[in-house]
Amino acid sequence: LSATPGPPPAHLPPAAPEPAGLVERYRILHKAEGLLAPALTLLLAFLISGVVVLLTTGSVIDTLNTYRAIFRGAGLNWFFQVGSYDIGIPFTDSRVWFPWNTDDFASQSASNLQQTLLLWTVLVLVGCAVAFAFRCGLFNIGGNGQYLAGSIIAVLIATELPKAISLPGPLLILVTVLGAMLAGAFLAGIAGLLKGTVGAHEVITTIMLNWIVVWVGSYLFNVGGPLQTDAAGASGAVPSSDDVPESAKLPLFWGDPLLQGLHIGLFVALGALVVYAITLNRTTLGYQVRAVGHNPEAARYGGINVARNYFLAMAIAGMFAGLAGAIDILGWQYRVDITTIQGATIGFIGIAVALLGRNRALGVALAALLFAALQTGTASRNLDPSIFAPGVGSSLAVIIQGLVILFVGADVLVLLALKRLRRRRAARSAAA
Amino acid sequence: MMAYIPHDRRARAWAGVIVGIFAALVALPPIGLRSIAVPLILGLVALTVGIGSWIGGERRLGGYGIAAGALGFVIAYLATRSSVTKLDAVVVWGALFAAMLRYATPLAFAAIGGLFSERSGVVNIGLEGMMLTGAFFAIWGADVTGTWTMGIVIAAGAGALMGLLHAVFAVTLRADQIVGGTAINFLALGITSFLFFKLYGAEGTPSDISTIPNVRLSFLGDGFIGDVFGSLNIMIWVAIVLVIVTWVVIFKTPIGLRIRACGEHPRAADTVGIDVYLIRYAAVVVSGILAAIGGAYLSIGFGNSFTENMSGGRGFIALAALIFGNWRPFGAAAACLLFGFSSALGVALQEYSLSVSTLFTALPYLLTLVAVAGVIGRPTPPAAVGRPYVKQ
Repeated sequence: LSATPGPPPAHLPPAAPEPAGLVERYRILHKAEGLLAPALTLLLAFLISGVVVLLTTGSVIDTLNTYRAIFRGAGLNWFFQVGSYDIGIPFTDSRVWFPWNTDDFASQSASNLQQTLLLWTVLVLVGCAVAFAFRCGLFNIGGNGQYLAGSIIAVLIATELPKAISLPGPLLILVTVLGAMLAGAFLAGIAGLLKGTVGAHEVITTIMLNWIVVWVGSYLFNVGGPLQTDAAGASGAVPSSDDVPESAKLPLFWGDPLLQGLHIGLFVALGALVVYAITLNRTTLGYQVRAVGHNPEAARYGGINVARNYFLAMAIAGMFAGLAGAIDILGWQYRVDITTIQGATIGFIGIAVALLGRNRALGVALAALLFAALQTGTASRNLDPSIFAPGVGSSLAVIIQGLVILFVGADVLVLLALKRLRRRRAARSAAA
Repeated sequence: MMAYIPHDRRARAWAGVIVGIFAALVALPPIGLRSIAVPLILGLVALTVGIGSWIGGERRLGGYGIAAGALGFVIAYLATRSSVTKLDAVVVWGALFAAMLRYATPLAFAAIGGLFSERSGVVNIGLEGMMLTGAFFAIWGADVTGTWTMGIVIAAGAGALMGLLHAVFAVTLRADQIVGGTAINFLALGITSFLFFKLYGAEGTPSDISTIPNVRLSFLGDGFIGDVFGSLNIMIWVAIVLVIVTWVVIFKTPIGLRIRACGEHPRAADTVGIDVYLIRYAAVVVSGILAAIGGAYLSIGFGNSFTENMSGGRGFIALAALIFGNWRPFGAAAACLLFGFSSALGVALQEYSLSVSTLFTALPYLLTLVAVAGVIGRPTPPAAVGRPYVKQ
């Protein structure tokens, strides 16, 4: 068979013209599917969790009340105070009009919302860390370790550096944040390097690195450890670090400083989302990373250095996670202790964020908001104890996260079912 | 004299490892030399032999020799610096080895479980969650029924369900197996904590729960053997039997051949009439059962309580042991013993410093990282592990 390019032979009737807008329709459909799968996933996860709640509480009303309590616990009801108010823009004297009561920063709902947004900040960053690696075809389970490495180095720099030289606050913050990003990049870079050079699977190496960081961190700050606090009040038995100095703490722009108000890290997270999108979609590096993620063999054939991109993608992913660690330390934690080190799960929730957000900047932002609200809304101190005893609510959040990950992993299934349905319909209309 | 130096490359490498171990032993009780000279010489000999073997191509054993020589000298140095009374309190070999077996047992169950799953071609990073499931349902079962045997049975059932869930998504739905495993870990943590807080609340699990008994073998006497094996939990003996049975099943029976075929080349297995899906389902369910039994040992064998997230990363250590042991039953068991020993030593070292003992906990992960980095003979996973199979 020899294919000769050119116009179709004249004796054939001209091909039927494409129905107008078909391409456009398919494009919209394709986009809708991209939204449909995550939406279905969420719906399914919340339904199944609803069944769990129904089984334990025994009534539909209580189940609905539970979800309403979670909504309130996340502070989302803050948006539903009707009125005309305004909010100050940080570092300026200007104010922006808002349709809800922005002067209300001390109420329960405002405080809850601040918690949600604090968590959103960090989830966006660890979500980007997982998502960036995903775009290069790498599964970064090490977000947790990279986050912790960032926290540990941030505490180290912010507490030790002022002892050597005195720096102005903003400079100290900058140095601390850069150090934490480097720490995350270093840790993730090990996994990227091993993947690129000897082909060690990044899942194995990042899991191992996670736990190495957990236990090395525990060693550093445990009783008798080299970096354990010797503050007067601690009496030598507290397995925790020193507090970072006042000058290194991130300024708050909303909320009560005594109740963990919202700090300017929020804008860092927004900036990180922009950097994430631009790096991936508008730079050579991003193009190469995506090419490798799409098909490493084809990328190699096209002259892209695959090993280099594995390393860079992981290092950049680690930077996002390290940044998250620094922001948590400088923003509201101010110290690390071994309980938080050993109990950290934020990097794993980052996996859920990246999966649900389909590794896109906007998706990550929305998924992070969902999980931040879920986590905050079910926390023992926010959730009404008459709805759920302490601990039960946050376990429910973990169940929902697990279900989301489970269904997102199988979202191909949803799409396949849709496609099969459409094909069957097409076959039926062809037969008719 | 020269005739006594082994000529065989492997034997020489092994000799290096053993000399390295002796470098540490001479400075520890019961020998307890207080001079650093002998360990230094032994360490250097081990190092030289190790480097020689490494250059000579015996990478893995040579690497072990180098590590043993260096570590042996460091341990001996630290031992000579420590006071004798503290040293005698920490280094009680009988107690250390018994503790090693106790710590290694839950790891061994989970690692062998992971071996079945991964040998059949399904990655299982959900071992941690399956273990946690077993830990909770064992104590709940033992509490409700009043007997530890039913506790184990219920734990195994719950683990089987977790395995089945993983199999449905990994095999039938062909979802990403690592995503599935991550989901299992989340679900297990959520479900066990949910039930734990709902059923037991702030008081925790009751303290009068029926636990797995120890086997007392008084005829072993009071010596070293008696100290180690005289009073071990039933599950430790079961674990030892399990490792041997697994080796037989995987390498000496047609079923094992089928499992391995599915993990190495599922298309070939399918062509000769093996039901790849069935084998993979069975293997993943078995892995869930075994990991859950390992978890049951944690809650009603090792201790008699359940706390939130009590598996605390042991499932991942088991995964590390599986990789470190090169996906082989005895290799994985040896890795579990090594990791168990490091845990036992870490606990014993609390005598010196609480923080140093926590550093010891990082050792299994570090060793596995070094192993997969290929410094000492890289482990080779089953060829088709992690890849869903599409029937044709």
